[in-house]
Amino acid sequence: MIIKFIDFIGRYVLEICRSLGSFFLFLSKTITTLFTTKLKVSKLFSQMQRIGVDSLSVVVLTGISTGMALALQTYFGFKRVGGEQFIGAIVALGMVRELGPVLTGLMVAGRAGSSITAEIGTMRITEQIDALKTLRINTYQYLVVPRIMASTIILPFLTLFAMIFGIAGGYIVCVYVLELSPEDYISSIKTYAEMADITGGLIKACVFGLILSWVGAYKGYRTTGGARGVGKSTTSSVVTAAILILVVNYFLTKMLEHL
Amino acid sequence: MIELIDVKKRFDDKWVTKGVNLTVEDGAMTCIIGRSGEGKSVLLKQIIGLIEPTSGKILVNGEDITHISEKKRDQVFEHFGYVFQFAALLDSLNVFENVGIKLIENGRSIKDVLPIVKEKLSMVQLSEDTLYKYPSELSGGMRKRVGLARTLITNPTVVLYDEPTTGLDPITSRVIQELMFGMQKKLNLTSVIITHDVNMFKYADRVALLHDGRIQHVCDAKTIWESKDPYIYQFIRGLPDGPIQTEIPHDKDRF
Repeated sequence: MIIKFIDFIGRYVLEICRSLGSFFLFLSKTITTLFTTKLKVSKLFSQMQRIGVDSLSVVVLTGISTGMALALQTYFGFKRVGGEQFIGAIVALGMVRELGPVLTGLMVAGRAGSSITAEIGTMRITEQIDALKTLRINTYQYLVVPRIMASTIILPFLTLFAMIFGIAGGYIVCVYVLELSPEDYISSIKTYAEMADITGGLIKACVFGLILSWVGAYKGYRTTGGARGVGKSTTSSVVTAAILILVVNYFLTKMLEHL
Repeated sequence: MIELIDVKKRFDDKWVTKGVNLTVEDGAMTCIIGRSGEGKSVLLKQIIGLIEPTSGKILVNGEDITHISEKKRDQVFEHFGYVFQFAALLDSLNVFENVGIKLIENGRSIKDVLPIVKEKLSMVQLSEDTLYKYPSELSGGMRKRVGLARTLITNPTVVLYDEPTTGLDPITSRVIQELMFGMQKKLNLTSVIITHDVNMFKYADRVALLHDGRIQHVCDAKTIWESKDPYIYQFIRGLPDGPIQTEIPHDKDRF
């Protein structure tokens, strides 16, 4: 019984090590390919369109509704202590430092990360990736590098939209719903928000873009087991990317606090 | 020449090939036959380097491809073609892009690639009307022919076919077979064909029977047809009774 338990733990630990090793080797091979082969620029732009431009409406909607809800919640809390004039700063700092990058990362992981996994996973199970290999086409250069690069480049731009629309959403609620002074909202942002806050948020967005596409491409590339396998990989891709984004966000916040 | 020396492959705890020895002569057509699940496709994928053998050697013109760098492997397989069982066309690309993908990815212009693609399509008897169709708009036979044309784009000297006529009607199968044999002669190809189709291997120079993870017999097509060896006799005639056991119980009296 004890031997079986130790055997189970041992196998489990080995499996985790194997998966982690394979996950990081995948990134290492992607980076090596990026620097040793010619970048397919047309594929990069096409992926930027699919991951970035096509996600814009979702990100804008998420940003504006989050900004509006944040303004409302802040108002309910702050009116008890007479701090309504700080709502602008709270909304701006919240959107720029945390909610903008994290929510954009999560939304794009759900929309584009899952699509990367499903697409590459389907290519894997229908032997399309094998076909590319038999033609001596570098599958990392053809499939992986454009997606990871596009996502890493485009996510800060999407985040910028989430930040702007979040702050605008807060403004709409404060000025038109709560009938507070627009000058207070804007001046509190000017007083408390700094350029470093935006820079920090955009750095986070870059990292989240890398995470969601890295996880998406890896899970797709390692798909096995037919249509069910593609479904499993896609779900696992979104869940893994979301968890990683949330965990890494804490450490990035800690690292960027002195920026 | 391709030589397989004691090639073994294991997936988890299951040995798929248990020591395959086979020599494929240049310019010859070699058919590998065997029951479903015997590991024929795995063997073919090991030959082209898609799957690493667990042990053993695979020599291509004397070079052991199991122990060479990726760059060297690309050189060795530069003129190898592989025709997949279900064609494995890239479904987001049209026929032109599928056939010309190798050249387009190597930086050749569309203007340069177009006449080459048209030539390869005509070799597999496909008209220019199919150029801009997507794989989903093609029939099974057309997909196989596009897969064949894509293989020809590399000007191969060796072509590996994974069940090229599976899933096709007898007439389309015959068309594909004739295309393969025609190209074999015209281009002096070395062909390795995995098949269950008895009509296919009667044209082969050599036929190898894979059973129980090993090549049990290698001989020419005529010999295999006339063989009284119980394994070969049972397989070729599709008899349920014999040394090759089926997992489905056979009840003679039922029908």
